[in-house]
Amino acid sequence: MEQKTNINAQEGKQDLIITRVFDLPLDLLFKAYEEPELVEQWMGTKVLKMESKKHGAYAIETSHNGKVMFRANGTIHDFIPNQKIVRTFEMENMPIGVQLEFLEFEKLSDDRSQLTMQIIYQSEQHRAEQLKMPFAYGINIAHNKLQEILNHLK
Amino acid sequence: MNLRRDVFQAIADPTRRAILLLVASQAMTAGAIAANFETARPTVSKHLQILTECELLRQEQNGREVYYQLNAPKMKEIADFIEPFRKMWDDRFNKLEIVMKKYKKIDNGTKNKH
Repeated sequence: MEQKTNINAQEGKQDLIITRVFDLPLDLLFKAYEEPELVEQWMGTKVLKMESKKHGAYAIETSHNGKVMFRANGTIHDFIPNQKIVRTFEMENMPIGVQLEFLEFEKLSDDRSQLTMQIIYQSEQHRAEQLKMPFAYGINIAHNKLQEILNHLK
Repeated sequence: MNLRRDVFQAIADPTRRAILLLVASQAMTAGAIAANFETARPTVSKHLQILTECELLRQEQNGREVYYQLNAPKMKEIADFIEPFRKMWDDRFNKLEIVMKKYKKIDNGTKNKH
């Protein structure tokens, strides 16, 4: 089966390209990025601030059991409805640094659309840090599960 | 896990990537590898050591010579490395699709009432 989400991260480069085809009309896809309430729903995060316009800023925060687990922010450099968003993104307290994101929204048909996201990192090493994150997270979950099982056996 | 991190650091260096490309086609001695670079021999040796420690290269004794060759299964692991990252985005985008399909229904519902 063909994958709906693709990542292209070439060796020796400091950017990556994420593409995804959605079973959604273009305007609905763009709305998902434009409206703070919708961003909150699909990102599973709290939107502290979101000025969806050129030179606007945004900040998001995720808490777990009342403790802030994740915080990120950025500024919007270009905002053309149903076409394009250019923005920065930075996760706080992470070794990944600021990244520059180019989001392009395209209509494929009346009810299908595509998002192409180019993310540029400060260096190849910064990109490697980002790529490692979900991997390390997965390993941690596996470890925690193992630990739980072991605890039960005690 | 430290090993994994090292693997990534190993391939982040351009000389080490060039070495991997060199030995991809045939097993080579340290001397033959070093001959391809302007870098000092000890520097190349250091790179070979790092690549071997990360299991990207395998050493094979052939008479008096040690040959370096690519450890293919390890290289495949690097390709698999990106999969959890892809999965994370895929899950996120799937959620977006579900949220927006629901939103569309509510939107249409409101329109029909008016």
